[in-house]
Amino acid sequence: MSIDYSEKIPNNVDLAGDRKLQRALESWQPNFLNWWVTMGPAVPTQDVYLRTAVDVGKEGWAQFGHVAMEEYRWGVFLAERGDDRRIAFGEQKGEPVWQQVPGEYRADLQRLIVIQGDTEPASVEQQRRLGETAPSLYDLRNLFQVNVEEGRHLWAMVYLLHAYFGRNGREEAEALLQRNSGDLDSPRILGAFNEETPDWLSFFMFTYFTDRDGKYQLGTLKESAFDPLSRTCEFMLKEEAHHMFVGTTGIDRVITRTCELMREHDTTDIAPHGGIALNVIQKYINFHYSVSLDLFGSEQSTNAANYFTAGLKGRWQEERRRDDHLLTEAGFSIDLVRDGQMTQDEVPALLALNLDLRNEYVKDCQSGLKRWNKILEKHGFDERVYLPHVGFNRHVGLFREHQVTPKGDLISADVWAQKVDDWLPSEADKTHVQSLMRPVYEAGKIAGWIAPPSNGINGKPFDYEYVHLA
Amino acid sequence: MTDAGTTTQAQPSSGAETTPAVDFDREPGSYKHWKLDVDDAAGLAYVRLDIAEDGGIVPGYELKMNSYDLGVDIELYDITQRLRFSHPNVRAVVLTSGKDKNFCAGANIRMLAQSPHSWKVNFCKFTNETRNGIEDATAHSGQTWIAAVNGTAAGGGYEMALACDQILLIDDNSSTVALPEVPLLGVLPGTGGLTRVTDKRRVRKDRADVFATKSEGIRGKQAVEWKLVDEVIPKRTWDETVRERAEAAAAASSRPTGGTGIELPPLQRTESVEGIDYQHVHATFDRDRGLVEITVDGPDGGVPESLERVHELGAQFWPLAMTRELDDLILRLRANELELGTWIIRTRGDVEDALAMERVIETHSKDDWLVNEVRHYFKRVLKRLDVTSRSLIALIAPGSCFAGALLELALACDRQYMLDGTLDEDDSEQGDEAQIMLSESNFGTFPMSNGLSRLGSRFYGPGADGDDHIAKMRQETGRRIQAVEAMEMGLVTDAPDDIDWDDEVRIMLEERASLSPDALTGMEANHRFVGPETMESRIFSRLTAWQNWIFVRPNASGPDGALRKYGTGRKAEFDRRRV
Repeated sequence: MSIDYSEKIPNNVDLAGDRKLQRALESWQPNFLNWWVTMGPAVPTQDVYLRTAVDVGKEGWAQFGHVAMEEYRWGVFLAERGDDRRIAFGEQKGEPVWQQVPGEYRADLQRLIVIQGDTEPASVEQQRRLGETAPSLYDLRNLFQVNVEEGRHLWAMVYLLHAYFGRNGREEAEALLQRNSGDLDSPRILGAFNEETPDWLSFFMFTYFTDRDGKYQLGTLKESAFDPLSRTCEFMLKEEAHHMFVGTTGIDRVITRTCELMREHDTTDIAPHGGIALNVIQKYINFHYSVSLDLFGSEQSTNAANYFTAGLKGRWQEERRRDDHLLTEAGFSIDLVRDGQMTQDEVPALLALNLDLRNEYVKDCQSGLKRWNKILEKHGFDERVYLPHVGFNRHVGLFREHQVTPKGDLISADVWAQKVDDWLPSEADKTHVQSLMRPVYEAGKIAGWIAPPSNGINGKPFDYEYVHLA
Repeated sequence: MTDAGTTTQAQPSSGAETTPAVDFDREPGSYKHWKLDVDDAAGLAYVRLDIAEDGGIVPGYELKMNSYDLGVDIELYDITQRLRFSHPNVRAVVLTSGKDKNFCAGANIRMLAQSPHSWKVNFCKFTNETRNGIEDATAHSGQTWIAAVNGTAAGGGYEMALACDQILLIDDNSSTVALPEVPLLGVLPGTGGLTRVTDKRRVRKDRADVFATKSEGIRGKQAVEWKLVDEVIPKRTWDETVRERAEAAAAASSRPTGGTGIELPPLQRTESVEGIDYQHVHATFDRDRGLVEITVDGPDGGVPESLERVHELGAQFWPLAMTRELDDLILRLRANELELGTWIIRTRGDVEDALAMERVIETHSKDDWLVNEVRHYFKRVLKRLDVTSRSLIALIAPGSCFAGALLELALACDRQYMLDGTLDEDDSEQGDEAQIMLSESNFGTFPMSNGLSRLGSRFYGPGADGDDHIAKMRQETGRRIQAVEAMEMGLVTDAPDDIDWDDEVRIMLEERASLSPDALTGMEANHRFVGPETMESRIFSRLTAWQNWIFVRPNASGPDGALRKYGTGRKAEFDRRRV
């Protein structure tokens, strides 16, 4: 008896009629479930109030209900598009988009998909133990929601590998489950995805800053001339927005609570009172922002230029931009250090595409800062949080060799060593944050270092029983 | 424009910027440059080079001093083939000149100077193959070629003589043998000259160095002493002595006597924009994808195994008919379809029928001259494939007949893809899956230029490793092998199933088409010829490779290069830096 996968797996890719996918699922799904059980969330649950996408339309895209997580219906969805989509940039601009992988770009496209795909399960692995210290059932539910959707994003990339890249693609899909975050022998591809997410403040920072990098990477792939990739990424962006919401509101609530505690105890030193001091929050911002900037790669990149010219990966909102979409003539201004001075240089725009994307990302990150500063303002405090300089704490790109303060001043390695604990979470900060991480599993209750959310999920109240623990 | 070589842009207008289509059909009545005299009773043939100066294959030069171009060599190739198939009683061949005092001045320099790089390369490859064919006739057909050098033999002229088993030089105090390419033209004697002087004639390397830089060449006793020729013969006894030597060679020949030759009628060929069709071989062009799909049909209803019938069929005998067609196709595609960079090779027919070819060859190639010729001809055509600068991909699908000798076509390819299962679920039954079969003829009947069989090259390994593998393969002869097993045995590159097949093949071909053609040519040539070298493989892999490099260098083909300045009365300007 063959299993009716299209019953189990919501999809809009004609699963039932596609033997290639049938086989993909037969070989891959058991391994995926096995991975989910061993590497997915560690806290045992009966069921979780989850959003499941069963279609791409308004009706189907967000259905809520209590689901046992291992029975979550990971679906395969491609955003709906018109038939006449054209390539928007690069050498083949104006030609119809590709419904098949052109052999010429097989290796590059496969690489892009594998790298994107590798980050999705990685974050599930990084956040595996977080459930054990959830500040509320509401937060626990959000964590699981993020996790299952990262799982679905993995499915989305695996679908592409299976459907379009033949045997080679299947092997790569297999390898996505064999690499594991932090595994010494077989780590995840990108360094930032091999660090455990140690606490909930880090989780919120991760979903705000690092998932936002994911959003921007997806945005460039959404422009791709390879239509199935483009449509897959467009739908993923929809879900990604929720992850960012978890980060944004999570940090909102930490800052709100910090304000309350500062007001209550009339001191900025609220650690003794079970809160997270504003300067520690700033250090966490400094850290997560800077490592996320590293994910954009070198400011100048011939790979990115090649991908653009070939039509594989566009710019953020490529189609809304008003230029020639070829970039063979354009220039781009770039920040760098020369002779010990912070200065600027002009480089070919085609080579600066990573930087172009990073600049968009930085602008987007600012919006959260504004939001959080409003909370501080509302509570009557003059302190403000901010984004550090792009050169701060960088391990990739032009600033890699330099020590830069959050304000953007060049300093020596010695000064850096003396000051680093003022700018990045110190051991003491981490220990303190860690000490606050105590699970609160009672519906309607919340840990003391974070404020409750202003709204629940899907119109449900905060004290709704979002998670039934096993 | 079919050529992107660096030499093209700098060419003076001479009509040679676009490569003309080359046709390889010749027959004795149409020869412009050669005279063939056969003395059947004596078992001798005289092949006389008497070049028509105005008979160049493309306009723009005169073939002075018995110098040749591709057209001259195409006729020579036709002669070598007819001698082997139509003249079984010819046991010695005298290669000489129909012109006084001039044996042959080699390849025409103005032709070389005006030709695009691709033309030069193709020309050299073809002439090399013809020279190798002459040696092959001496070695395997009992047709010993003797060069009767009755005037100066320079460059390609001397190289033509070098391909013969003996070189006799007229002793008239003026005729010399020479390799003047380096001193006069700034290129190499690339038609095997450098290699044969040392490897075949065993000329000491320092003497070879002196000889190859001495533009006027060497004559008389010194030429004998240096082993550049076998004998010098005074003018007055020239004709008799040449004949004596030829008769002696004929007497020593192993070629059976009393045979009746077969006709080689013109090939039946239909050409269109879509491709070329023969009776057994079909080629379909796909210009968008830069490839040609070649299908070789197996015999229709089996191959006769009685010798009488084989001789009666002659050129219609499937193995010979198919080989001739394939030969012609390879030559045409190489010369005329430069942008079809990938050749897909398929076969179609019954595996058992295809094997009949080998049974005939295995049983009779030692005692029947015609069967022997067919075997060696197929061997030479496979060698042409080996040195073809195109990506060769075998697609092995249901209905194909890659068995025994035909399996060599797949093994000659750079990659082999075999379908696991069948494509059409509904109509096929078990047993319809693609199959290949090994036979004795995969183990040395059709050696490559490196002296190894294609299997031997494929599984080349240090000592016992390679031998063990081959020994294991030998135990598998005569058995139908399906995709999964073929994959395990290392006989195919990949064995995608029906779901993957189309995509895997499409992507592989598109990927291939996107790579640099030059890098592919170099890479493929490196991979195809593993292990030991022979004189023949050295000619292709070293001499030719160096020559082709020199051809594109400004010192040869730049506006002030030696090739271009030759005959202008001005000296070449060399970039003196050694690279």
